[in-house]
Amino acid sequence: MKLLAFAEQREGKFKKAAYEVTQAGRRLADQLGAEFVTLVVGHDVAGIAQSLGGFGAQRVITVQDARLRLYSTRAYAKIVAEVAKREAAGVILFPASQMGKDLSPRVAGKLEAGIAADCIAIKVDNGEIVATRPVYAGKALIDVRVTSTTKIFTLRPNVFTATPTNGAAVSAETFTVELQDADFDARVTQVKIAEGRPDVTEASIIVSGVIEKLADVLGAAVGASRAVVDAGWRPHDEQVGQTGKTVSPTLYIACGISGAVQHLAGMSSSKYIVAINKDKDAPIFQVADYGVVGDVFEILPALTNELKRVLGK
Amino acid sequence: MKIVVCVNHVPDTETRVKVASDGRTIDPAGVNYMLNPYDEFAIEAALQLKEKFGGETIALSLGTDTHKETLRKSLAMGIDKAILLKDNSVRDSYSVATAIAEELRTQSADCILFGKQSIDYYNEQVPGLVAEFLGLPSVSVVVKIEPRDGTVICEREIEGGHEVVETKFPLVIAAQKGLNEPRYPSLKGIMSAKSKPIEERIPKPVPPKVETLAMHKPPPKQPGKIVGTGAAAVPELVRLLHEEAKVI
Ligand SMILES: Cc1cc2nc3c(=O)[nH]c(=O)nc-3n(C[C@H](O)[C@H](O)[C@H](O)COP(=O)(O)OP(=O)(O)OC[C@H]3O[C@@H](n4cnc5c(N)ncnc54)[C@H](O)[C@@H]3O)c2cc1C
Ligand SMILES: Nc1ncnc2c1ncn2[C@@H]1O[C@H](COP(=O)(O)O)[C@@H](O)[C@H]1O
Repeated sequence: MKLLAFAEQREGKFKKAAYEVTQAGRRLADQLGAEFVTLVVGHDVAGIAQSLGGFGAQRVITVQDARLRLYSTRAYAKIVAEVAKREAAGVILFPASQMGKDLSPRVAGKLEAGIAADCIAIKVDNGEIVATRPVYAGKALIDVRVTSTTKIFTLRPNVFTATPTNGAAVSAETFTVELQDADFDARVTQVKIAEGRPDVTEASIIVSGVIEKLADVLGAAVGASRAVVDAGWRPHDEQVGQTGKTVSPTLYIACGISGAVQHLAGMSSSKYIVAINKDKDAPIFQVADYGVVGDVFEILPALTNELKRVLGK
Repeated sequence: MKIVVCVNHVPDTETRVKVASDGRTIDPAGVNYMLNPYDEFAIEAALQLKEKFGGETIALSLGTDTHKETLRKSLAMGIDKAILLKDNSVRDSYSVATAIAEELRTQSADCILFGKQSIDYYNEQVPGLVAEFLGLPSVSVVVKIEPRDGTVICEREIEGGHEVVETKFPLVIAAQKGLNEPRYPSLKGIMSAKSKPIEERIPKPVPPKVETLAMHKPPPKQPGKIVGTGAAAVPELVRLLHEEAKVI
């Protein structure tokens, strides 16, 4: 049996989620006694493939084509499915990133595979993979198994850690997959990246509220509640929650956020939560590791200054 | 232009989740259901496409009779007709998508719209699966749709920005918040929805490929500590973050 991990790269750089999927995949492959294969798709990516060795990759397959420089749903899906078939992979792992979530159902359709999506834990039980995933906005968790011959799992970013090890050398191979024009019928022509702060789903620290100075000191992403987004103060792609993004940073600082269930749905799996709120009974304090009761307009400048002092900025 | 919108009926966001006695699903007692919030953006997009190009809009839902409530709301917003794929079996995304694709094969729609995801199981799979089964291009997490003679330019959200996607009809689109401002059903819309048809069909049974072994509540979080009040608490907060949590 083989386990295939999809290592996402953009612009010739691996996403953090690529390392997470590689390391989690290796661990799982070892537990299953399976062979471990990592796949990198893009343009001119052979040079970066070696670096996956530091995260447990053993054999890396690259598929390269100038037309793959930017993402293209059907072309990428065709490649993953073809490689999975040629390698007879029984398990495929993707990051539950925007690319992984777009790609995995199309691959699943080709391989008649079931998907356990957005997993936050994954283990081997009696030789079978059991994955844990949140449902109902994190108000419940389910343990699932995939019953199809090919099984797909997508892993929530930032939950599985990626720690570089002194990885052994990896062998990188190049595969060719025939691509037709029809494979590019939904083709990315341009990527518009907002400069400056990291995205909420990838950041290790998030400050939520109207709080840019503090975010900048911490190199953090800015998050927002729906109240703030609906008022037009922050763009909707910063919204965290049930109808916004799901985030799992190391540190989430909620400034003047009440902690409505719909907001908690998106951030309660953060490792540490700090709440600053003038209402000592605000529900956010129920989930916060550290709370400060008070006015954000008074506390934030003090916090920004203290952090600058401690971090030496 | 023929436009189909797939809509799901999900527990509302205030639902208190209790695990049912089977240990695998939620206890439906006291749960209110509603139109999946992301599907409202899909409905609005369908209505706008029809306003621009003319044609017909159809809402499609797979589920029990209770899904008619969500279909009625779609009709009240202005959708022309509705189809219920009546089914009460246990389905996963794959088996839902199989049945939806089967129905859509008979429709030959120019545009098939979905919400980005259902807010019950958060799968985000049905749109991509349906597109794959029908052999159509698909764009997910869409915040902008711009038909331009012969092509369609979409924008989809990615980490830290947007991707501009060039594609064409017939097309599958999964709508994200920000695509538009869904309209409220007008009184006239609500009245006329009552007389609009809901066709019913029985889809073929398809066994699921993902099986739930157990549902459980997440471990309760230890109530945190209140570090203090006002700016005076800041040095202690920073010390805790630095020395105890070691996160900064
Ligand atoms: C279908 C549906 C989906 C939803 N999805 C989401 C979602 O994805 N994300 C989301 O966030 N919400 C969502 N909501 C909305 C959610 O229910 C809440 O209304 C929202 O989270 C409230 O945002 P808030 O905490 O910023 O604002 P408020 O509820 O207005 O709370 C403000 C808080 O800030 C405190 N405060 C105010 N001023 C100060 C000050 N100067 N100093 C200190 N504290 C102060 C107050 O004590 C209060 O606790 C959804 C709702 C529905 C119905
Ligand atoms: N039972 C269903 N009937 C009709 N449409 C559905 C159903 N389930 C999911 N969908 C559609 O697929 C989208 C994504 O759902 P999901 O893949 O379940 O997260 C939803 O927003 C709906 O548009």
